[in-house]
Amino acid sequence: MNERPFAHSVLILFAHPALQKSRVNRQLMHAVRDLEGVTFHDLYEAYPDFHIDVRREQDLLDQHDIIVFQYPLYWFSVPALLKMWEELVLEHKWAYGKEGVALRGKKLMSALSTGGRESLFCREGFNRCTIREYLEPVEQLARICGMEYLPPFVIHGTNELTGPEIGRHADDYRRVIEAVRDNRIDWEAARSFPRLNTDLDAVIRK
Amino acid sequence: MHGEDFFFQALVYLAAAVISVPIAKRLGLGSVLGYLIAGAIIGPYGLGLIGEEGQDVMHFAEFGVIMMLFLIGLELQPQMLWRLRGPILGMGGLQVVATTLAIGLVGMALGLPFPTALAAGMILSLSSTAIVLQTLNEKGLMRTDAGQSTFSVLLFQDIAVIPMLAIMPLLAGNDPGAGGQAGHASASAAWVETLPEWAHTLVVLAVITAIVIAGLFLVRPLFRAIARTRLREIFTAAALLLVIGIALLMTKIGLSPALGTFLAGVVLANSEYRHELESDIEPFKGLLLGLFFIAVGAAIDFQLVASRPMLIALLVAGLVLVKFLVILALGRAFRMGADQNVLFAASLAQGGEFAFVLFSFAVQNRVMTSAVADPLVGAVALSMALTPLVLLLNEKLVLPRFGARAGAERAADAIDVKNPVIIAGFGGFGSIIGRLLRANGIGVTVLELDSDKAELLRKLGLKVFYGDASRSDLLHAAGAEEAKVFVLAVDEPEKVLHMVHTAKKHFPHLVLFARATDRTQAYELLDAGVQHVYRETLDTSLRAGVDTLRALGFRAHQAHRAAMTFRQHDEHAVRELRHLRHDAGGYITEARRKIEDLEQLLLAELRDHPEHVDAGWDSAYFVEEPGKRE
Repeated sequence: MNERPFAHSVLILFAHPALQKSRVNRQLMHAVRDLEGVTFHDLYEAYPDFHIDVRREQDLLDQHDIIVFQYPLYWFSVPALLKMWEELVLEHKWAYGKEGVALRGKKLMSALSTGGRESLFCREGFNRCTIREYLEPVEQLARICGMEYLPPFVIHGTNELTGPEIGRHADDYRRVIEAVRDNRIDWEAARSFPRLNTDLDAVIRK
Repeated sequence: MHGEDFFFQALVYLAAAVISVPIAKRLGLGSVLGYLIAGAIIGPYGLGLIGEEGQDVMHFAEFGVIMMLFLIGLELQPQMLWRLRGPILGMGGLQVVATTLAIGLVGMALGLPFPTALAAGMILSLSSTAIVLQTLNEKGLMRTDAGQSTFSVLLFQDIAVIPMLAIMPLLAGNDPGAGGQAGHASASAAWVETLPEWAHTLVVLAVITAIVIAGLFLVRPLFRAIARTRLREIFTAAALLLVIGIALLMTKIGLSPALGTFLAGVVLANSEYRHELESDIEPFKGLLLGLFFIAVGAAIDFQLVASRPMLIALLVAGLVLVKFLVILALGRAFRMGADQNVLFAASLAQGGEFAFVLFSFAVQNRVMTSAVADPLVGAVALSMALTPLVLLLNEKLVLPRFGARAGAERAADAIDVKNPVIIAGFGGFGSIIGRLLRANGIGVTVLELDSDKAELLRKLGLKVFYGDASRSDLLHAAGAEEAKVFVLAVDEPEKVLHMVHTAKKHFPHLVLFARATDRTQAYELLDAGVQHVYRETLDTSLRAGVDTLRALGFRAHQAHRAAMTFRQHDEHAVRELRHLRHDAGGYITEARRKIEDLEQLLLAELRDHPEHVDAGWDSAYFVEEPGKRE
């Protein structure tokens, strides 16, 4: 990275254990993988046997200022490899603790898909909690590491999505990642929505 | 030969072999010594069950040696032979020349005329391919430094026989053409020898080229056609035909038949019929070689020995000693480790089977009288019979001293830590295990059969014991009582099984981790009660398979899990099919059996293929549901 033509550098940590079965995340991946100023890091492809290279991961984090966790929600949590990544890469004295300042000031965002519809994610719904509540562990992780946690990009009800609908979501995702990279998100406006992609025109500045 | 007579002879030979060999093996003497003793017992000077025809039997049985060299050739890829060219020409050449000179000088000092002494020197410089290779093979020493060198020297000796046959008549001042016709095995070479020298050479080169070309281009389609008949005996007949044909052809052009079949074996070493040929020729070779050893045993003229015991004893001792010293010096010159060198010298310090032919040839050519030749023939036969014994003594008495010397050095190294892991065999397989353990702070004790390697490892600071890990005393010395795990990473399947039995018997607390070269060996180890069996190619091939899947666009983690699933399935299948294998009645060759195993496996794969792999990550069920609901 010799010069920085973009406001921010974005690192997408992508975790999908069975992409060959994926409908949504595959499209999302294709939408952002080749964007300039964005590093797309496919964790399951890099570490098929879960042998994570901690130094390499920390170097990648060092080189970027916006980190995106992209994954399908399995059992209300991140996929196993991303969980292991958190456990191994975010070391004490590096990511947190008195001397752990490596991530301070960076931004963390979740980009995820859920099989269940949005209406399930509320007190009265079958899942009882909101998606933000289910994302609490990630948000707290960001807090402890001194990172700002951004509102999540969430695609609900993936099982019911048609091909064109998935395509529109992929376009949205690309718009969001570009806007994040170019610092064109109105974060004040974004915080009024439960998720970043409720109304993109209201959130992204021209 | 009279029919009944023939069967009686067969009965005598077979009974002698069947009775004496198992006893000899049981006593730890090895099969060669068993055959030799059997021969001596039934021979004209023992029970007298076989008489003078023993000589004919020996000539016939020499064919076993030819088959052995064919099989050795099959095991030896051309590239490998090329790599051995240095030792073969250098060591072999020097050995023959130096031994000839040494024995020749001794002969002259004893008052023999120059030509006679030189002829005796040449003849006695040869060693016994049959006895040495069989014994070393049985002891699993062929792959050691000494084994390789021994083999190289023996190969050169086989080549050297040809010029010797040519020189012999010259020594007597005879015309070589006239002398060559008499007696010896290649007497029928007459028509070639009537040709001028250059034409002879040309014929020889043409025939060798023809064998190589036929081996490369003709034999494969031929065998394919024969294999298509699905008649096993025809394939066996074809294999025998090939070996006999080449042997005769070589005799016709005045070359050593053993050398010719060896060459043919090398040419076929890369062909897909190699294993089939091996398993077909192997029983014939084994029987004929056994017959040959019996005949050698029977040929020992105990009457002569009894009438002039001192002379014969001195001759044998002198022969063995001179050869031993010459070869020891040679090994030193080629910078062999001390105990490997002793093994090398002990292996080759005897007369060879060619001596019988060459001595009678020399007598016919009047290079020497039978008064000189007969005691020497007796000495050669005795020295051959003594070889397995010498090697046994070397193994039991001499080699442990090297181990003991090393032990003393080690005792000087401050504290002797008890290592929890013993690894037998520090080749490619064992060394990786050892390095991994050491990298993680686990001490390992290594048992290594190759003394040069053992020496090197010791210098690098490893705790190394030199010797055969199937010996319980060595395991004891290596601390088997305190160890927890015994890793068996030795090449030879027989050795590994032997070690398993020793360990199970004397150190039942040890957890055994055994390497298997293939599925068949894995079965044997599981049958022997080893819980942890590792087929050496399994994980490597799975990794290559994973990479192949990835190259075809599979996700890395998907390919990884597919391989893990496959491995689990395969390990399960090995344990399942092991039992089936015993149900198959009758004798099936290894090659056949391997194909059948593979067939079983492939069928099982088709049958058991799971419809949904990793269904937990599947949303296909849910994707359909909403449509139905709404």
